[in-house]
Amino acid sequence: MKKFKKVMSLTLVAAMTMALLAGCGGSAETAAEGETSESEAVETSVAGEGFKIGAIGPSTGGAAVYGLAVKNGAELAIKEINAAGGINGYQIEYNFQDDECDNEKSVNAYNTLKDWGMQMLVGTTTSGCCIAVAAESANDNMFQITPSGSSVDCIKGNDNVYQVCFTDPNQGIATAQYIGENAVASKVAVIYDSSDVYSSGIYEKFAAEAANQSFEIVSAEAFTADNKTDFSVQLQKAKDAGAELVFLPIYYTEASLILTQANSMGYTPKFFGCDGLDGILNVENFDASLAEGVMLLTPFAADAQDDATKSFVSAYEAAYGETPNQFAADAYDAVYIIKAAVEKSGVTPADSVSDICDKMKAAMAEISVDGLTGEAMSWDEDGAVNKAPKAMQIINGNYSLIQ
Amino acid sequence: MKKRNISKNVKDNIITYGIVIVAYIVIQILISAGSLSSLMQGLLVPLCVYVILAVSLNLTVGILGELSLGHAGFMCVGAFTGAFFSRCMENVITIDLIRFILALIIGAVCAGVIGFLIGMPVLRLRGDYLAIVTLAFGEIIKNIVNVLYIGKDSRGFHFSMKDSISLGLETDGDVIINGAQGITGTPKDSNFTIGVILILITLFIVLNLIHSRDGRAIMSIRDNLIAAESIGINITKYKLMAFSISAALAGVAGVLYSHNLNSLMATPKNFGYNMSIMILVFVVLGGIGNIRGSIIAAVVLTLLPELLRGLSNYRMLIYAIVLIVMMLFNWSPKLIELRKRFSVKCLIGRSKEVQ
Repeated sequence: MKKFKKVMSLTLVAAMTMALLAGCGGSAETAAEGETSESEAVETSVAGEGFKIGAIGPSTGGAAVYGLAVKNGAELAIKEINAAGGINGYQIEYNFQDDECDNEKSVNAYNTLKDWGMQMLVGTTTSGCCIAVAAESANDNMFQITPSGSSVDCIKGNDNVYQVCFTDPNQGIATAQYIGENAVASKVAVIYDSSDVYSSGIYEKFAAEAANQSFEIVSAEAFTADNKTDFSVQLQKAKDAGAELVFLPIYYTEASLILTQANSMGYTPKFFGCDGLDGILNVENFDASLAEGVMLLTPFAADAQDDATKSFVSAYEAAYGETPNQFAADAYDAVYIIKAAVEKSGVTPADSVSDICDKMKAAMAEISVDGLTGEAMSWDEDGAVNKAPKAMQIINGNYSLIQ
Repeated sequence: MKKRNISKNVKDNIITYGIVIVAYIVIQILISAGSLSSLMQGLLVPLCVYVILAVSLNLTVGILGELSLGHAGFMCVGAFTGAFFSRCMENVITIDLIRFILALIIGAVCAGVIGFLIGMPVLRLRGDYLAIVTLAFGEIIKNIVNVLYIGKDSRGFHFSMKDSISLGLETDGDVIINGAQGITGTPKDSNFTIGVILILITLFIVLNLIHSRDGRAIMSIRDNLIAAESIGINITKYKLMAFSISAALAGVAGVLYSHNLNSLMATPKNFGYNMSIMILVFVVLGGIGNIRGSIIAAVVLTLLPELLRGLSNYRMLIYAIVLIVMMLFNWSPKLIELRKRFSVKCLIGRSKEVQ
């Protein structure tokens, strides 16, 4: 019997190794298939179709709202471009991959897209993932434009990566300058999320720039992702310090709670936010009248009255049944920026990924794009966008531009 | 009888090493033939990381018999100390391999020391209580890392737990650990070959420990605490030994992980209890106490969500369902019975009876 056990274990191991080999062989085959289809794609593209644009973002998990917005925004733009005859006559193929807002999964998603034959990347949606993926794409010299990866580390040292959104430092500095120059308040409190790259990134630069401005930060209180339902302590501290303005460099869900809790404790300072606050009027069970008078620096507002925004919002609502947020607008712009850069550089899908990237990089320095999130957007060599921040105020339940 | 047993152990170990080496050779051949997709190539190092984690947790769960839910915490310690070291020494030690080996040693030692410190109070508990306390420690480690700010400038290191401004760095300063934003710009020193070598070292340590005098003492604690104590086995010593070795190996996996990605952040996703439970799933699915099973389970479960990418929106759902089915298939008594009836072994046995 013992002998049989031995024989058995050996055969089982052999079977397992075989299975492993078979598994590898299988993947190799599919990879090979992928390659052949790729070469086919290249051939057909010579005949007149096929830029392959990939996108990455979280479509499952806690940050899915942002990833899905990017997915839909980019898809909408690509459909429009394809319907209008493509870029220089070439149609666009689109592939979106989920990264679950995890750096490691994001790199996996990037590799998947590479196997698919991606030539340009719209992504990634979140900053942390973007840093990890940018290191990979810089290695491959793949053209990358991130709609919403706002950390400065996304573009630092990677000349192939461009941003549609402002970098976090720019947002913090712009806000501090706005408050200082317009003398909105003299005593400012900040409530920020220390576990979030976006929020703490803005706060740090805001605090650094505040030293040069005419106002004073009287209280700076942090919360974390694990503890974001009760803000009475932070608000009480701001109130005791006599803050006239509370700066909220955070996302709208928490901001709506802060506004509600401030109202119930009878504290009515001015509130000021960044682009994360866009969407606050649509939070469920939130009394939108509390947001009256809230000021925010944001590149995009869904109920702005210009024609481009109006047609984008109505097309988006028709296609996906919800109001687009700034992530969708950023992604939509990202695709049109790629279009402008391709038209300027004259690349074709037959060029190699690296050639496309080099030519696009040269083109990015020259183009200027009017998009939903800014007019006359242009790019420096480092990849950061130049556009004017828009200060909005919520008046009568609508965003309106502060002149 | 005794001799037979030993030779069986040796054979068993050789098979385990053999699987890893054969898999390595096959993959190297596939890479050189250019037939491995970039997704697969990108997954190779994470696979090594998860295999090391699963094997090391099996030491605590399978051999020591204590349920630990804080394994990702030790991985986190290793990842951050290793990446911190590499970032600091990037311009001092220019030979990548030597820097990486030093980082591995530092990561392992730090995680081992933390494991030892945590183990001292925690291992007085048993069963569910131990699981809960280790869970809490894992979370504490993650949260501390999230408020840690360390910067370096010409005057030396600066440390803060508030924000990076209060570090007071000079203009040439470099913020290395930036709170929740973690460490960015870690050199990419990990590769598949190093990963496989680390797996083999891990296996060597764990398998030799299991089959040593100390290992038998550890297993006797698992099987009967009172009997073990009565024959004079130093319970605390052996428990701490297994727990801190397990933590140190998790630290090695963490260093490997952090040197594979450019940006390292302690999010609930990668170092939270989700990850600890994930590693536990590898161990349970592969068989508690079965080292080879852990390796296979870690590989299968890491590959699965990526191979399911074709199913786009449904993939995480399918992944969960496959997990349930696999657990049932492996561990449901009825299915085990059924499998036995139709197993190859049984068929061979039957044919022999016929003969």
